[in-house]
Amino acid sequence: MEGEAGDFIVSLLRKPRYVLEDKCTGCTTCVEYCPVKYPDQFNQAISQNKAIHIYFHQAIPLVTYIDETCLYLKEKKCNICETVCKNKAIDFTQKAERVQVNVGAIILASGIEPFDPKTRDEYRYGKFANVVTSIDYERLMCATGPYEGEILRASDRKHPHKIAWLQCVGSREVIPGGNSYCSSVCCTYTQKQVILTKDHNPEAECTIFHNDIRSYGKDFERFYQRAERLAGIRFIRSYVTIAKEDPKTKNVTIRYATPADGVKEEEFDMVVLSVGLNPPADAKGLGNKFGIELTSHGFCKTNPVNPMETTRPGIFVSGAFQGPTDIPESVYTASGAGSQCGQLLDYRRGKLTQERIYPPERDVSQAEPRVGVFVCHCGTNIGRVVNVPSAVEYSKSLPNVIYAQEQLFSCAANCAKEITDLAKEKGLNRVVVAACSPRTLEPLFRDTLREAGINQYYYDMANIREHCSWVHAKEKELATEKAKDIIRMSVARASHLEALEEFDLPVNKAALVVGGGIAGMTCALSIANQGHEVYLVEKDSDFGGTARRIHTTLEGLDVQAYLRDLIRKVYQHRLIHVYAGATITEATGYVGNFVTKVRSERGVTEIKHGATVIAVGTDVYQPTEYLHGEDDRVVTQLELEERISQGDEKVVDATSIVMIQCVGCRNEDRNYCSRICCSESIKNALKLKEKNPKMDICVLFRDMRTYGFSEDYYRQAADKDVRFIRYEPQDKPQVEPGESEEGKPVLKVTATDYILGNKLEIDADIVALAAAVIPSAGSQQVSQLFKVPLSGDGFFQEAHVKLRPVEFAADGIYLCGTAHYPKHISETIRQAYGAAGRVLTLLSHDTVTASGSVCRVNEKKCFGCGACISACTYGAIEFRETPQGRKVVVNPVLCKGDGLCNAKCPTLAIQLKHFTDEEIVAQIDAAFPDEKVG
Amino acid sequence: MDGVFVGGCRLNECNYITHGNYDALNTVLLCKRIMEHIGLTPERLKVQFMSSAEGILFADVMNEFGNKVKGLGPLGKGEGIDPGELRSRLAEIRRLVPYIKRVNQEKLASRLGNPEAYDGLFTKDEIDRFFREVISYYIVPEKCQACLICARRCPVDAIISAKSMVHVIEQEKCTRCGTCIEVCPARFGAVTTISGAPVPPPLAEDKRTIVRKSKENVAS
Repeated sequence: MEGEAGDFIVSLLRKPRYVLEDKCTGCTTCVEYCPVKYPDQFNQAISQNKAIHIYFHQAIPLVTYIDETCLYLKEKKCNICETVCKNKAIDFTQKAERVQVNVGAIILASGIEPFDPKTRDEYRYGKFANVVTSIDYERLMCATGPYEGEILRASDRKHPHKIAWLQCVGSREVIPGGNSYCSSVCCTYTQKQVILTKDHNPEAECTIFHNDIRSYGKDFERFYQRAERLAGIRFIRSYVTIAKEDPKTKNVTIRYATPADGVKEEEFDMVVLSVGLNPPADAKGLGNKFGIELTSHGFCKTNPVNPMETTRPGIFVSGAFQGPTDIPESVYTASGAGSQCGQLLDYRRGKLTQERIYPPERDVSQAEPRVGVFVCHCGTNIGRVVNVPSAVEYSKSLPNVIYAQEQLFSCAANCAKEITDLAKEKGLNRVVVAACSPRTLEPLFRDTLREAGINQYYYDMANIREHCSWVHAKEKELATEKAKDIIRMSVARASHLEALEEFDLPVNKAALVVGGGIAGMTCALSIANQGHEVYLVEKDSDFGGTARRIHTTLEGLDVQAYLRDLIRKVYQHRLIHVYAGATITEATGYVGNFVTKVRSERGVTEIKHGATVIAVGTDVYQPTEYLHGEDDRVVTQLELEERISQGDEKVVDATSIVMIQCVGCRNEDRNYCSRICCSESIKNALKLKEKNPKMDICVLFRDMRTYGFSEDYYRQAADKDVRFIRYEPQDKPQVEPGESEEGKPVLKVTATDYILGNKLEIDADIVALAAAVIPSAGSQQVSQLFKVPLSGDGFFQEAHVKLRPVEFAADGIYLCGTAHYPKHISETIRQAYGAAGRVLTLLSHDTVTASGSVCRVNEKKCFGCGACISACTYGAIEFRETPQGRKVVVNPVLCKGDGLCNAKCPTLAIQLKHFTDEEIVAQIDAAFPDEKVG
Repeated sequence: MDGVFVGGCRLNECNYITHGNYDALNTVLLCKRIMEHIGLTPERLKVQFMSSAEGILFADVMNEFGNKVKGLGPLGKGEGIDPGELRSRLAEIRRLVPYIKRVNQEKLASRLGNPEAYDGLFTKDEIDRFFREVISYYIVPEKCQACLICARRCPVDAIISAKSMVHVIEQEKCTRCGTCIEVCPARFGAVTTISGAPVPPPLAEDKRTIVRKSKENVAS
């Protein structure tokens, strides 16, 4: 790679696939015939694959490739695949290709490498047959895994009944070959594996040997409880040794210790090592190639106030190369890195795009249905089970069918073209393709209709692969009958389909950002830097939110200096309009076209904007526990931080400080973990130790949740003699005013030490409480104004936890910062850029297309009961007064077409277009053509 | 069709914010009670929630359900109901669907946390009572002023009306939505409800003309 930000030249070596991507349809006939078996790399080498294969079921492109174990490549023998491929997609003449690309920015998204337990003898991995890693286990559980979803032991192919998970394998250890940091994701993925194991086999006994349980993510605490409450599940807090393997049964014995029973040995059928996350295999190579620096742990070094930025301008990073991250964070750092590329390259936006032009649409609404049926062989996927020619002949006999034929691969470019041509030639006005699931290919086939000048909603897909040939491979005749049934139903529905309009809505190019904390300001700046006006609304008179009270981060960032700089940039930006001390009085509109009224010193302003970002932050719980509010020696960590920074003598000169974790959360009132408090307490403890090394600091905790690289600071604190004592929620510490032996007034803190098994009494000058982070007081109101949901815990609820982590289900409204869930400053910044990235994908377009499949109301039939309104989660239905009384009206822009309202309407007055009763009933009637009851 | 299976994602695992599987569950629970009420075996209708990763479970459930329905025999026949009788019972229920949905609107939108609560959502007694006490709407001929309002507003055109003719609700068409009672001017109060008893037969067509006293007075 050479060049600089805005103009890089990257040379890529493209390895030969020996398969032509545009010809291969992924039918996998070649895989069946290939004689070379070798361990399947994607399935952790547990089962066998062939030299020619698709890497995994979701691979993109979903086509085969040939790897170096191929006989032809090694010895010029075989080439069976070439002879069986009906599409002539095999090409052994391919050579490695050097490709040069000219790009303006680079995103490194190389991910991680799982920790390899083979590097350490004590894990016995590779030595004991029934010791597997969590990745092996993940594949074992998967329907596309080595045993098609059956969890089997390597030694005897039997179902393990008693399974142990060992946590922190390769993580949280300062020994050679281990990682000192916490891998962040293992606690929760183990819980997931336990829950899925119980789904597979309700009788399974699962034991998890763990250190702290780090359920710090949104809803993770509940997930942990769900796993813990299952029958036959034990969570045991203990270090373990894998002791021995029974030579006959190959069962594995584990040695562990509990305070009650001391050291014990127990036998398990299978042991799963919850392996941690290592940097990508060739991190150093990557670093050298791209000229970027790495951290001491070997991950990508990033800017603390912009964690997507590497040490080299124009090169960004997303996902776990930044450090151990889970899926939601990987997803929004990807959007965030995208947004940064947008900032860098905004001047070139849209220069390489081309618009597609379709022929004009024929109006066939008055014409008799003329249905064309195309039955796909899908190579042999359908063809070897279903008698395709017979299905084609049958199709021709169905009412309204004008034309039917078979195709080898309907999705192949030539076949799709054939559909378009035949539709024109035969005057078809409805098309049914009998092939696979509409989930993957419906958009493609709709497109072929548009190419033929037919409305795309005149298309229906009969799924005779997933719903037929794949599941009835052994019953060919019956499968053929079923395929015919499915086609008949599809034709019946197609005959009733109607043309629908997708309409383009104009997009107002401005954004509204609600909340002027770090999240809101960062997001606003990133949007404005890409040329869009931003209206930034803050309820307080000052910007900065909770960060105004934070002085440093655990990593040592000067938060106040950073904040001042951020605020200055916001105020100076010509495209950002700030409204401080403001309240939102009204919010209306929909994606691309919102209208929000804001009251501020400037009076009431009506703002028109295309996108909305909710970044209203959080509040800090004011504890009533442990004498807080009664005794001024009891403070929250935030108050403690303020007093440390002010140099308050009572604090920095104290002889003893006790910190109590989990105050106001992880309880019945707030059943979540506030995520940041453990690191927060460590930060203050280290700060105090720095100022006053002699100070006695004791942290009373439930689980220390210093995930990721914060683990290093936890260890540092322990090394500096900060004492950590665990307490149980049913045996909380007690705080009472009292006197020390010397007669000094102190706070007497009592707690149970579970390791030593005795009661402790500590004299403290100050007690600092890790108070919960709670939803902002204004959340409820903001939620109602913008009609966006809150989760059970009162934080804003994103559209999809993993796939759409910074969006609401309602289009055009986005989310970032602690309004989503408590998080650290660097995490907030990541998410803010992520939201900006999503906002830009909307605002960079002039129009948005709304689906044609939305609900409509037959006003005559509607009697205004409102059942549909309460069923609609998207606020798409409203009452409307008419001369005929109260009726409902659907806003097609907000309607998501989920059809919930249809089922609720007593008089069937509301119907979902493209899924009307008429269409669906026609389909059901066709399923049972000979029957008639009632 | 002798059995219906309704499948969906596990409760609380909705990928969106809709959680429509709760609504499906409630509808199924109500339908089962209605089936029971008209003498059909409720086991012919089954709802089960599973994730897309549970192919084996799905196959097991489908096989089990298929066998179950086969064992029950054809709809009606298995229960020993004469086909003609079954048709008329089903038609009657179908006619009442709008009313059933309207009255149970709130319950149909509830969110049941655990399977133990399923039985209690709609009880047999409740459904039997519900059908005993079905409300019919009836226009009292003596009070009707033939103002046409109710007829115009009726969403299903179930009111036979004409100027100066007493309006009559066609009970076969009526969906019991209650619009007529709501819109009938209070000073007339001509629409009433009748619960659990047959509606009086309508006036013969030639006897529906209203003779307006006020006009007579003016004329004389």
